[in-house]
Amino acid sequence: MGTENTMHYLFAAYTAIWVILAVYLFSIQTREKKLHEELQNLRQLLERQSAKR
Amino acid sequence: MDQSRHKLFDSVLGGLLLIGMVVALYMAFLGAPREQTMGDLQRIFYFHVPSGMMGLAAFIVNCYASLMYLIKKDRKWDSLALSAAEVGVVFFTIVLVTGPIWAKPVWFVWWTWSPRLTSSLVLWMLYLAYMLVRNYVPDPERRAMMSAVFAIVAIVDAPIVFFSIRWWRDMHPSAMLETGGLSPAMWPAFLTCIAAFLILLIYLIRRRYFLESARLEAERLARLADLAR
Repeated sequence: MGTENTMHYLFAAYTAIWVILAVYLFSIQTREKKLHEELQNLRQLLERQSAKR
Repeated sequence: MDQSRHKLFDSVLGGLLLIGMVVALYMAFLGAPREQTMGDLQRIFYFHVPSGMMGLAAFIVNCYASLMYLIKKDRKWDSLALSAAEVGVVFFTIVLVTGPIWAKPVWFVWWTWSPRLTSSLVLWMLYLAYMLVRNYVPDPERRAMMSAVFAIVAIVDAPIVFFSIRWWRDMHPSAMLETGGLSPAMWPAFLTCIAAFLILLIYLIRRRYFLESARLEAERLARLADLAR
């Protein structure tokens, strides 16, 4: 099995690993950011509601 | 644990993960000797196998958390179960992508319906279904209950994946760790990669768990806001 023939498979495998992990971490980060904003909006809404009463 | 302790723990875990991954890469590429038959291609093993191990560990955590939910009826356990399932799917995606890349130059095919490969694909699809089905049950309590039952049934495939190469004839390499097929010089790199992936598993489940907890909090606040109208 020639090294030069298989090196691109090795490169592809490790690239795939890092891409999968990066995409997953990015998806978590995006969801965290969205939820953080949603939580802030809800807290402000509740504060306004309690101030009206 | 209060907020500042959580942040400190996250920083320590993040630092350990970074160091662990750098060391794991160093060991996989430079620390481990070149395998005689497959050459450098065999270095896929150092990330492929720990990914499979951590995927199975995540599904075991999912099963344990599901059982705990059925016993305690506490939504925290359902959050942990969901987090573990999602992280397990990510690890098994790595296994199912790197496996064929490794198989092609060695077996001359990308995929074969051998017991290990088939059971791994089925396991991945089961947990993907677990996550998808959750979206179709609007009631949170019913969703958690159904998911817990589903998870306990799905885990049956995990031992099949693990023992498939022992129970049936398979193209997949035999259990090297038991038969002593792994060269002693390769063990330090392999163990380093397992340690790095274990830290990654804890880091990802923890982060996903806190995301789910925040989602539950948002649900609770939304209900309060609705009631106050």
